[in-house]
Amino acid sequence: MTPPMPQNTSDLSAADLRTSASRRAWSAGARWAFALAALVTVLVSALIIWTVASGAWTFISQVAWGNLTEIGWFPRRGLFDLSTLLVNSVQISVIAMLVAVPSGFGAAIYLSEYAHPKVRKVMKPTLELLASVPSVVLGVFAISFITPSILTNFFDDINFFNKLAAGIAVGLLVIPLIASIAEDALRAVPVALREASSGLGARKVTTSIRVVLPAAMSGLMAAIIVGFSRAIGETMVVTIASGGGDTSLFNLSLTESGGTITSAMAALGLGTDQVAGNNLAFQSLYFLGALLFAITLVLNMAGDVIVRRLQNKY
Amino acid sequence: MSVLTTPAGIATGAADALRRRPGADVAGSAFKWLLIGATVFATGFLAVLLAVMIVDGWEVLSGNLWHFLTHGFSQRSAAEAGVWQGILGSLQVALVTGLFAVPTGVATAIYLVEYAQGSRFARIVELNIRNLAGVPSIVYGLLGLAVFVQTIDGFTKGKTVIAGGMTLAAMVLPIVVITSVEALKAVPDSLREAAYGVGATKWEVLSRQVLPAALSTILTGTVLALARALGEAAPLILVGAATGFMSFGDANVLETFTGPYTALPVLIFNFARQPGADWGVNAAAASVIILVLVLAVNGLAIYLRNRFERQW
Repeated sequence: MTPPMPQNTSDLSAADLRTSASRRAWSAGARWAFALAALVTVLVSALIIWTVASGAWTFISQVAWGNLTEIGWFPRRGLFDLSTLLVNSVQISVIAMLVAVPSGFGAAIYLSEYAHPKVRKVMKPTLELLASVPSVVLGVFAISFITPSILTNFFDDINFFNKLAAGIAVGLLVIPLIASIAEDALRAVPVALREASSGLGARKVTTSIRVVLPAAMSGLMAAIIVGFSRAIGETMVVTIASGGGDTSLFNLSLTESGGTITSAMAALGLGTDQVAGNNLAFQSLYFLGALLFAITLVLNMAGDVIVRRLQNKY
Repeated sequence: MSVLTTPAGIATGAADALRRRPGADVAGSAFKWLLIGATVFATGFLAVLLAVMIVDGWEVLSGNLWHFLTHGFSQRSAAEAGVWQGILGSLQVALVTGLFAVPTGVATAIYLVEYAQGSRFARIVELNIRNLAGVPSIVYGLLGLAVFVQTIDGFTKGKTVIAGGMTLAAMVLPIVVITSVEALKAVPDSLREAAYGVGATKWEVLSRQVLPAALSTILTGTVLALARALGEAAPLILVGAATGFMSFGDANVLETFTGPYTALPVLIFNFARQPGADWGVNAAAASVIILVLVLAVNGLAIYLRNRFERQW
């Protein structure tokens, strides 16, 4: 039954077992094409860093340093007070976190610890769907609903453009992100911990708060950090709802308008044709970009390190 | 006394002693309802958002929708302004984005999973992609302005759909890579080994077995990435999507790829910053249109994924 052996096995060489040259060439060529594509992603990073760094350097080397700490942000008059934009960015992002963290964490705990699998199966995609709501729409929502229909009931003299409404709208925008990272962290906690806790007689609420939450702490921290980074980088909501991107005086009031790093960039970008004059307004766009890039990169890397530590633990 | 002497009796007594009275766990149910409240808030605001936009934009949506969908931007009055240029521009930008981001992203994922898994180069690329995913969208606008609009304007012709599409392609590239990597990793090794076993080359294994097996998941990720691009305004503002009146002149559809353009989210931004309530109506109506568009695309992708997700 076995096929007959070749008459002269010694006549066969490795070359006879090889496949055709074209098949080998295809396979080798594909490898190089894929490697080239992978290099493109590195190129994108390099170009981003080169773009913002060289533009920022032009700005730093020409600006009068005293103008970086003057009364406010008036790029066309040569006054670039960074603290104005930074304070507004941080204020709005903190408000956003006050909205997003309680509701995002609450939803995450509910979905991971309490919800029936069927409920979970519906709610998880709903959260994903929420993450896709365009930010311009939330900006419109802030000026057409949050300020006039809600905030005016609490604050008599609130500005039409204000940081509070912008912060709330940004918060709504980052809820799905925070909820999804937090839920992943909670589900990474081994079931054995929950079973041990229940076995000792703990109620579900005790197990959730005293056992699961502490065990997932680093993941929850990461959710807050990444959410904050997202809020700092959010542009359209802030540009529409908070105003002040073109010019803003330094102020701490949440019911006043105020430009942020991102809204100042959008305002400068809108006028790219006009600002190409001899002042530094155009270069300040790249400087703000570099600042924003550095801030979000540090935050995201911190979040990443924390998540990694969590993955190693269990 | 006699009850407690049998083991079964002891067990019953113990169970009775340990059983909580129903409704006694006040803290537990309060906590649970708090969580349900948070979940309802987190997911329910979409309904509120949609309702508010429909009510605010009702004037246009009920009486003037066809005019709104088929007319371009007008400087004269809100009632004359429409969004068709934005819809066309958004679709064109999404097309260019897909053409650049999908082949590059999928090929990168193939290299990372099939060729270089665990290598030093792969680790660097993966770290790089995770960092790119966190870069704010407006920073990609700067990249687009400096590189795609100004440096390679011979190819992109300056502030055009091509430059805008390439900018958004750079932005969604990490999403395409990450979802494609997940899809490829989900394909079991037994499939690859079987193909190698019958003498296939690596290219044949990938193109005839692995990619078809991962295709539906990759497609879902791609659609989600394009939906993200569809709703994005900030980078497009920087790379010069028109924010005011614009005219195509008598350009045909192909020529509009290299002329002035705008996109739906950019138009909404423009409506929103005009003074006057009638522009607000336009902003709300256009918001409803983009919400329906983006949610439909996303919903379809998520549905398809849940429907065709294969368990190996």
